[in-house]
Amino acid sequence: MILELRHLRKYYATQKAVDDISFSVEPGNIFGLLGPNGAGKTTLIRMLTGIILPDEGEVLFEGRAFDAEKDTASIGYMPEERGLYKKMKVGEQAIYLARLRGLTAKEAEDRTREWFDRLEMNSWWNKKVEDLSKGMSQKLQFVTTVAHRPKLIILDEPFSGLDPVNSNVIKEEIFRLARQGSTILFSTHRMEQVEEICNGIVLVNKGKKILDGTIKEVKQHFKENLFRIGFDKLPTVLEGPGFAVMGAVPHEPVITVHIDEGVSPNQVLQFFIDKGITVRSFNELLPSLNDIFIRLVEGTAASRQFQTINP
Amino acid sequence: MSKIGIIIKREYLSRVRKKTFILTTLLTPLFFVGLISIVTAITINSIRKESVAVVDPSGILKESLVSSKTVTYDFNAGVDTSNFFKNKFSAVLFAPQTGSNKGNAYQVVSQNSLSRVAHDKIEEDISRAVENHLISEQLHVDPKHIDSLKTIAGKTVIQQVKKSDLEKNTESNFGLGQAIGYVTAFLIYITLFIYGVMVMRGVMEEKTSRVAEVIVSSVRPFELMMGKILGIGAVGLTQFLIWIVLITGLTLAAGAFVPHEVLQQAQQASSQVPGSMQQGSEMSRAFAQGMVTMGTVNWPLILTCFLFYFIGGYLFYAALFAAIGSAVNEDPQDAQSLTLPVTMPIVVAIIIMINSINDPSSTLATWASLIPFTSPIVMMSRIPFGVPDTVPYWQLALSMLLLVGGFLGTTWLSARIYRTGILLYGKKPTWKEMIKWIRR
Repeated sequence: MILELRHLRKYYATQKAVDDISFSVEPGNIFGLLGPNGAGKTTLIRMLTGIILPDEGEVLFEGRAFDAEKDTASIGYMPEERGLYKKMKVGEQAIYLARLRGLTAKEAEDRTREWFDRLEMNSWWNKKVEDLSKGMSQKLQFVTTVAHRPKLIILDEPFSGLDPVNSNVIKEEIFRLARQGSTILFSTHRMEQVEEICNGIVLVNKGKKILDGTIKEVKQHFKENLFRIGFDKLPTVLEGPGFAVMGAVPHEPVITVHIDEGVSPNQVLQFFIDKGITVRSFNELLPSLNDIFIRLVEGTAASRQFQTINP
Repeated sequence: MSKIGIIIKREYLSRVRKKTFILTTLLTPLFFVGLISIVTAITINSIRKESVAVVDPSGILKESLVSSKTVTYDFNAGVDTSNFFKNKFSAVLFAPQTGSNKGNAYQVVSQNSLSRVAHDKIEEDISRAVENHLISEQLHVDPKHIDSLKTIAGKTVIQQVKKSDLEKNTESNFGLGQAIGYVTAFLIYITLFIYGVMVMRGVMEEKTSRVAEVIVSSVRPFELMMGKILGIGAVGLTQFLIWIVLITGLTLAAGAFVPHEVLQQAQQASSQVPGSMQQGSEMSRAFAQGMVTMGTVNWPLILTCFLFYFIGGYLFYAALFAAIGSAVNEDPQDAQSLTLPVTMPIVVAIIIMINSINDPSSTLATWASLIPFTSPIVMMSRIPFGVPDTVPYWQLALSMLLLVGGFLGTTWLSARIYRTGILLYGKKPTWKEMIKWIRR
């Protein structure tokens, strides 16, 4: 485990920002931290980066207690609100931030140049940050986060504000960094990206963990035995034992069925084959993360309420 | 290099390389020296040369009225009120028939009214001419002998010494002490404001641009705050050093470039205004006395103390300004209301200072020069009056000790507010909340 959280707790005056959260991340993984706005993601991340200390619980980094000062060189952090010195030149800024992460002047310059080459940012070197567009400064922020080759990269909403092309560039870089052995933890509330990128996820709401695991596990856990069956043409008889039709796709000979508990999909398939109906397609409908997310978060109040905490 | 060193370097270089810094640093001394030069130049140029035709039936003036740079006299012009201007005279002077000086017998007719300087000069010249005429006529003495005797007798300068100071062998240099105290105390006052506010705005910039969050994930908030305070302090020292060098250099250079004659002329012009004539000589006497007493001032002590109170006062207040900066958000009005409690003691100090340079041993001045909130300014106004006499050693030592303790205290306090405030966005915190942050 590169990162392990044990019973983390952080209470503010009117909020249980993080309330007893534990999970762990294996090295080389791309891990998604999901949750609605105000779920406590930023507070959690701030504790992981040593910016604030937890009230209770501990953070283990590579198996030992996390020490913000010593481990700063092993961690890269990109906060949700992007922050750079507006009046500073792009190149100097990147070197400065890398040096604060513990690189020597030369290392900092070399690695920054390397990244600028790769992401085709060389012409920006002597520009001031205030002259960059939002997307450009986002890219710069990403470079300053990873230039010191951290083992653990923590990204808070890394794709917000990026166009699809740049979004892709950053996504590819995240994959590349993971292949090279870095572990990436990122928070987001955009589920389609999570399905595309992450291996593992943890879902938090109202300061509590409500779900974690690999994407496959999660989807299996939340599947509803729904299958989609496509025919040559819509059969006249659709009722059968062990399953119920839930709906049909308009203008197409495709239906959605719910298969009862204990009934195998083969039995349903067999039913149609026995009737002499040609089955074109048969596949399981797994819930999208989005559906799961909405189902889990829905029903709880849409936004967090202030409360009085008596620690 | 340690991380705090890297931060200091950035804070320092990013400010020192700014165009505004370079401009203000170079232009301020130029502005001052330029202003002084312009005033001098205007004084010199405003001295109009007057040429006066003299109608002198008695012939007394002709022997002894001497032309000078300001006024030239011509006795053979043969002009009168109708045609003097055509003959390029600015005025015509009519002397009375007799040689006596009783009554307003002299009359000057001019095209434009004569300048005050010229008017007084002519009066002075006539009095002197009549005086010389009488001396040689009635006493049969060459007036030049009298002049040389006057020079030998010289000017009297009384050295005023208080009875209590007799044994200590010190000159009463109260005025000089006041001047030095005023200048140094005021410099510290300005510095506290300029650089304190610079620290506050630097912190606000980091907070509002959210850079702070990136940086405090790399370094401790305390390191970021101290790096900023020390970096800007170094900027302040640099600026002061450049100003001192430039002002000294420019003053010397300006002195070298102005011809000796012009300086004399300027001096003459100012000493010729009656009424101020007395003042002028008093001033020059004070100046001469000042030159003597300057030597009695303990310059190394004053400079060392100035440096100490400059740095100590800056560190004391910069930390407080940093805490304020970390607590406010984008709204500059928030900053204003929160800075008031920090700027108030500085303003109070300057009021006490004005009181203290008139009575440096008063109880108020003594207390205010011990308390760190006011001591950088008030103590600096007392030190020039003499260290063991006006400010006993124990007071100086206690004041310095308290200031060091004071800035360690404000730094500790501010660091605690800072580390919470820098990451907190939203509404302006109340004082009660900030006290909670300190306790946490």
